[in-house]
Amino acid sequence: MKNILEVQLERQMEQVFKRPESLKRVHFRYCPGCGHSIIHRMIAECIDELGIRERVIGIAPVGCAVYAYDYFNFDMIECAHGRPPAVATAIKRVNPDNIVFSYQGDGDLAAIGMGEIVHAAARGEKLSVFFINNATYGMTGGQMAPTTLLKQHTTTTTRGRMANTDGYPLRIAELLATLEGVSFAARTALNDIKNVIKTKQLVRKVFEKQINGEGFSFLEILSPCPTDWHLSPVDSLKWIETEMMKVYEARIFKDTQQKDG
Amino acid sequence: MKKILMKGNEAIAEAAVTSECRFYAGYPITPQNEIPEYMSEHLSEVGGVFIQAESEIAAINMVYGASAAGVRAMTSSSSPGISLKQEGISFLAGAQLPAVIVNIQRGGPGLGNISGSQSDYFQTVKGGGHGDYRLLVYAPYNLQEMWDLTMLAFDKADEYRNPVMLLGDGILGQMMEPFYPTPYVRPKLPEKTWALNGCAGRTPNVIKSLYMGDGELEQSNYQLKAKYDKMKKNDVLYDETDTTDAELIVVAFGSAARIAFSAVKQMQKEGLKVGLFRPITLFPFPEVRLKELAEAGRCRFLTIELNNGQMVEDVRLAVNGKTAVEFYGRPGGAIMNAEEIYEVIKKLL
Repeated sequence: MKNILEVQLERQMEQVFKRPESLKRVHFRYCPGCGHSIIHRMIAECIDELGIRERVIGIAPVGCAVYAYDYFNFDMIECAHGRPPAVATAIKRVNPDNIVFSYQGDGDLAAIGMGEIVHAAARGEKLSVFFINNATYGMTGGQMAPTTLLKQHTTTTTRGRMANTDGYPLRIAELLATLEGVSFAARTALNDIKNVIKTKQLVRKVFEKQINGEGFSFLEILSPCPTDWHLSPVDSLKWIETEMMKVYEARIFKDTQQKDG
Repeated sequence: MKKILMKGNEAIAEAAVTSECRFYAGYPITPQNEIPEYMSEHLSEVGGVFIQAESEIAAINMVYGASAAGVRAMTSSSSPGISLKQEGISFLAGAQLPAVIVNIQRGGPGLGNISGSQSDYFQTVKGGGHGDYRLLVYAPYNLQEMWDLTMLAFDKADEYRNPVMLLGDGILGQMMEPFYPTPYVRPKLPEKTWALNGCAGRTPNVIKSLYMGDGELEQSNYQLKAKYDKMKKNDVLYDETDTTDAELIVVAFGSAARIAFSAVKQMQKEGLKVGLFRPITLFPFPEVRLKELAEAGRCRFLTIELNNGQMVEDVRLAVNGKTAVEFYGRPGGAIMNAEEIYEVIKKLL
């Protein structure tokens, strides 16, 4: 009598779903329902599919995703808050054959690091940038981010964000799309399966742009933070759709082919 | 070998290119602008990368990236710009990345002025950025040393995997003087197996300064301390003139030492027993030699600085009450002359 494992081995079953080589064999420590795990996996899958793992250098932000270096199975660097575009610029210029990407949250990229992201984009650095917009500072416990929606409650806007005292949410994908150095700028969302599949296609595109030697490519991803939104994981996905996507349109804002001139 | 004539800032830049620096990022600020200007023209000739950064903060973080990618990297600035770089310098120290940082000091605090000054001694030697770290600090006093110490700075940065600062000032940066452009000879240095260049054929490298595990950061800090202890043992540099039978020893570094030297020479001609002690490394500080001189018990000290009294605290610590340590300084970018120092010394004898 054969046991089931032996039967399976005999059948030589084809493995159709597995952990990407670009992810280390460790568990994600992100909160239940957090978008980072999904995005990490998509990035890792795309890197595997494009066969570039041994050329990739990733830059982790300050924020929840600072631990990205514990999960990604390729060269990684963690740096000062908001500065990944400056660090990425230098790495790519020094080693142009490497595929360099930064992974940044809304505090990192759109607040303290606004100068670095705008200038890296304006210089047309051949980088891939993933901007994770969850409308709050996750790591520090849910304070107002530059992308926090008007009326959204956070620990520093307990009565809701008010335009007259807290200003307006920043639309980064639209802003960067106005710059000549930018080859690709888009926004996508993790609100449902259809959009998750679409997001993966765009992640792949952002890498392909760099592989093809085109300019700066940027993808903003609307991502759930159930813990700091005080919503269930399912309600968080609904909130992305009903609240965030009203303010942050999910589409491609710019897609041009840029070569060295 | 023939001497060449250059401006101090250009000598630093050319020494950097000669000692295989292949990345420079900087931001305009007086009185150090000749460094980025020179690098923008000459780095590309040797296959290096020059970037005019959008800010001092971006510049130091570009150096962080370039160093992580395995090349010799440098930035330069002047006092207010160096203040802005402090977070990045702390990250370089924490992540154990080599880099050379040049500070051509100007008067402060605030926007201050653009005259030469030595008022960043505390910032440079006592930390500057956050956390328990040190920089190896070289303080040249002429163009020959600006050339030689720039080369040494790159070697020491690589040897220790630690940022090294070259502390000059507006006088040294702007003046022209002939010097020997000694060729660069690369010493045997450890391979940069930690550098990021893609993980082909090896396990992935990670560069970071975050240590959240139980006791991890303490261990990392002890590792840094071991490097600083090694510097204290092996890398102290100083220069002394006629100190052994002196009644008074002038202690000064950089431009102040240069001015004091003229006064000391004049007094020696007159038969007065005055010596000069010049720290070349400000960290590690030549405290052992100063203590020896103090314990010999024949002399007093006079510390001269282009500030209101910063290095004098380290001289007093080294001397530890064994003898009197007087101070004379001019702050705010004011520059003393040799006659002025002559009079100050004369009153103390």
